Amino acid sequence: MNALLDVENLSVLRGPCPVVNAVSLTVRAGEFVGLLGPNGAGKTTLMRGVLGLVPAVGRNSLLEHTPEARARLAAFLPQEREIAWPMPAGDVVALGRIAHPQASARQNRQAVENAIARMGLGPLRSRVATQLSGGEKARVLIARALAQEAPLLIADEPTAGLDPAAQIAVMDVFSAHAKEGGAVVASLHDLGLAARHCTRLVLLEKGQIVANGTPQEVLTEENLARVFHLRAHIEWLDSGPIFQPLSVISG
Amino acid sequence: MNSMRYSLMIALLFALVMCLFAGSLLIGPAAIGLKASVAALFQGEGEMVTLVMREVRLPRAILGALVGGALGLSGAVMQGLLRNPLAEPGLIGTSSAAALGAVITIQTGLSAAFALALPLAALAGALISVGLILLLAGPRGTILTLILAGIGLSALATAFTSLVLNLSPNPFAASEIMFWMMGSLADRSMLHVQLALPFMVLGALIMARTGGWLKALTLGEDAATSMGVNVTRLRILLVVATASLVGAATAVAGAIGFVGLIVPHLLRRAVGANPTRLLWASALGGAAVILAADVAVRIIAPDRDLKLGVLTALVGAPFFLNLILRTRRETA
Repeated sequence: MNALLDVENLSVLRGPCPVVNAVSLTVRAGEFVGLLGPNGAGKTTLMRGVLGLVPAVGRNSLLEHTPEARARLAAFLPQEREIAWPMPAGDVVALGRIAHPQASARQNRQAVENAIARMGLGPLRSRVATQLSGGEKARVLIARALAQEAPLLIADEPTAGLDPAAQIAVMDVFSAHAKEGGAVVASLHDLGLAARHCTRLVLLEKGQIVANGTPQEVLTEENLARVFHLRAHIEWLDSGPIFQPLSVISG
Repeated sequence: MNSMRYSLMIALLFALVMCLFAGSLLIGPAAIGLKASVAALFQGEGEMVTLVMREVRLPRAILGALVGGALGLSGAVMQGLLRNPLAEPGLIGTSSAAALGAVITIQTGLSAAFALALPLAALAGALISVGLILLLAGPRGTILTLILAGIGLSALATAFTSLVLNLSPNPFAASEIMFWMMGSLADRSMLHVQLALPFMVLGALIMARTGGWLKALTLGEDAATSMGVNVTRLRILLVVATASLVGAATAVAGAIGFVGLIVPHLLRRAVGANPTRLLWASALGGAAVILAADVAVRIIAPDRDLKLGVLTALVGAPFFLNLILRTRRETA
């Protein structure tokens, strides 16, 4: 399987202190990687560094391409759900096609229709995007990223603010994207959702990767206690893992 | 928002601009009949009517369309670039700097000695302000530093203008400065058109080439960058384009407020809020508004020389207040 993302010793400095410290990460087609870590662990900065949105040092396969070519290799869903103007939701989704200036009108229409169908936005497409609820806006923006038709999708907290059904629907869309030969890297705070849907989890702490593997390898009692200060109940069933945080470990 | 409706709207706006342009040619203190004025525009040599049409009204109408178009276009660009509906062309300090350049020529008497000294000095002021703002905001600067640098430069240029007025020993120069700053298209010649046109064409060309990227900024700078848009370059180009449009407009017409702020608002819904489409709709809308206002000042007070900028501010300010009320209702 070919790597869609390959970074080696990537560091992002803020002043003298590294926010992301010598991270090496390879993401192959077919993978749905959940990026975990407490607030401030460097998840967002790692994603922005990988995409070249903040200056970073280290080897990064995406930065070997021009920005225009990069836009067709990796799409990004920022955490801020920003839609500045009261555009119809369908037009917001179509903004993803900016990455394909050479595409024909038919290709563009097809990509937008696919993205709208995937996110179930048919009934919302004519509504003014800025007047939608937070969750609906998030779905519109995810569809925008899908319309970019980049094999690698990098999403910063894509499920934040979504209702439970919508959260699972988003995870299913990402899983499908990975199964079709793409890959997804998504930062997640819901460990149960991550355990159930991701093919691999990467645990960040203070800018460094402290665990990287299958959900079962990463969500160990020791990692949860050390990184998240959490005691949790996990059961690895055939139908998928069940994860329930129980209490905070103080001290 | 389909492209057919958009094309129709652009066509309608264009027709409106054409009608108002004709109105601007045909309405004026010298009562010339419709037939006589049209005839004088295209034929005849040296007669009074021909002179009025070709040397007075034609440049005035052309400048009205150009200045209005420049203000509408740069207003739409600034709002799109800063992602803020309250942004206006003067925000980056160009108009204040251009005004300062003009005021200095009036004060020193240069403008009286050499007709083009005033617009040339205004353009120089605009040029210096662009250099300063790019220097201050830095090539990697954020939108916030751009706004802050613009506010700072504006304040500085306005302070210097006040200083010139303050220290002016000549009350005539002082009153001329006051009147110039109100903004007007009266008594302009083809020389003014020739002076403003290249800068406006330059600004419009840059916007035509880069305007397509503007809509990407709707989703924020990170998302736009990840779609392959070079936001830093876009910002620099659009600041240069805005400065050349606003600098040229201020150089030939003085400070005309509110048009660049209001026109993009009036048309935003009609273009489906698409910032790229708003550019050209706003350019036409701005041209229509200035042409209409310039006809209005001639009709309302033909013998009092009502200033164009005064009228646009009088009509524009209530619009602006209404806008704030509407924004408040929407965000409440």
